[in-house]
Amino acid sequence: MNIQISLKDGVPIYRQIVNQVKYMVASGQLTAGMEVPPIRVLAEQLLVTPNTVVKAYRELETEGVVYKRRGAGTFISENGSPLKAAEQKRILTERADTLLTEARQMGYSLDDITTLLNERAAVLGKAKDKSAKEHG
Amino acid sequence: MEDKVVAIQGVTRQFGLLKALDDLTFSVEPGCVHGLVGANGAGKTTLIKHILGLLRAKTGTVRVFGLDPVKHPVEVLGRIGYLSEERDLPDWMRIHELARYTQAYHPKWDNSYSDELIQTFELDPQQKIKNLSRGQRALTGLIAAVAHRPDLLLLDEPSSGLDAIVRQDILREVVRAVADEGRTALFSSHLLDEVERMSDVVTMIHKGKVVLHGSLDDIRDGHQHLTLRFPEEQTVRPTIAGALSLEGFGNQWQAVCNGELEQAKAAIQALGAEITEVRNPSLQEIFVARVGRGVPTKTEG
Repeated sequence: MNIQISLKDGVPIYRQIVNQVKYMVASGQLTAGMEVPPIRVLAEQLLVTPNTVVKAYRELETEGVVYKRRGAGTFISENGSPLKAAEQKRILTERADTLLTEARQMGYSLDDITTLLNERAAVLGKAKDKSAKEHG
Repeated sequence: MEDKVVAIQGVTRQFGLLKALDDLTFSVEPGCVHGLVGANGAGKTTLIKHILGLLRAKTGTVRVFGLDPVKHPVEVLGRIGYLSEERDLPDWMRIHELARYTQAYHPKWDNSYSDELIQTFELDPQQKIKNLSRGQRALTGLIAAVAHRPDLLLLDEPSSGLDAIVRQDILREVVRAVADEGRTALFSSHLLDEVERMSDVVTMIHKGKVVLHGSLDDIRDGHQHLTLRFPEEQTVRPTIAGALSLEGFGNQWQAVCNGELEQAKAAIQALGAEITEVRNPSLQEIFVARVGRGVPTKTEG
């Protein structure tokens, strides 16, 4: 599990772990039934106090992202939970907010951004068709 | 009293004119990693020496596992694993001799654990301690400190002067001690990134006094870092009531506040400045705001 801890943005470490695990579930990197590292293993990897991992896993469990199996470890919960859709929306909303803020600072209007998005979708669509043809 | 691993009450220690500890009260709860931070000369090592019973409290009391470490050195030291900043080890011994020697006064010594660590750290048990590199010496000291599985792991500036690999080896043993058996670790460090990652509880001392103590989450939640934009360039440092520190240049300034955000916001508004960002500060930023030279507008909160 590739989690990156940053001390620059003022987000508590347990919260960074929670957000990144949710992100990995939403983006399909972690799927239902997969085991997450035991507390000590993740704490040693990130070099954080084990209690921070305990706190992160407890929160993930409360939110239904993971479940504990006694004596066996901690696992990703069944897919298709409303959480996954909500989390995907949350991630995209965050990205959209960043885009809008930056665009506004550069003087782009909402119409300019919509036009740009359509252009990019067309370009990416074409690239995809092309690679599909090459591989097909 | 017995539930606290370390309980220090009102200890003052003077070296000549210097007050190394000034009516200091401090405690360590079991099962957590406790970070001790402070500038050089703040009193961290003096505090640790009191915990080890190497210094006798002239005023106040020191209790470790509920006992006075000066009166009960065997009972107290038998349950502590200590790594000093100087890593003072007997130079004439070989690594395996040091292991056997340390084992002699620690009945709980775990030979398979010490062998495992010697192997992991790629140490040669036949090596004489005086021929070891600085990093190997620290790791040897670490083995002697952890292989008897102490109830309290006490590390004084464990990362001082070491490369990133050895620092990680040391921190990993701290994680292991706390994660596997719920034991307690107390470590002092001037590397605040390390303390922020590794600590459940942080105590910040300055000039022999505790200036901040609490869980890391509470400490960070209790402080705010504000980015300010003034309409005009400020040629002198503005004064903001309720701010611990203010640093900056021109019309961009950064303030650190603790809890008195409303007061600071009012003061900032009165100066005609705009707050462009509010977030929780890092431990480093809190430390500098509390004990740095940034002309604090306020001393204690």
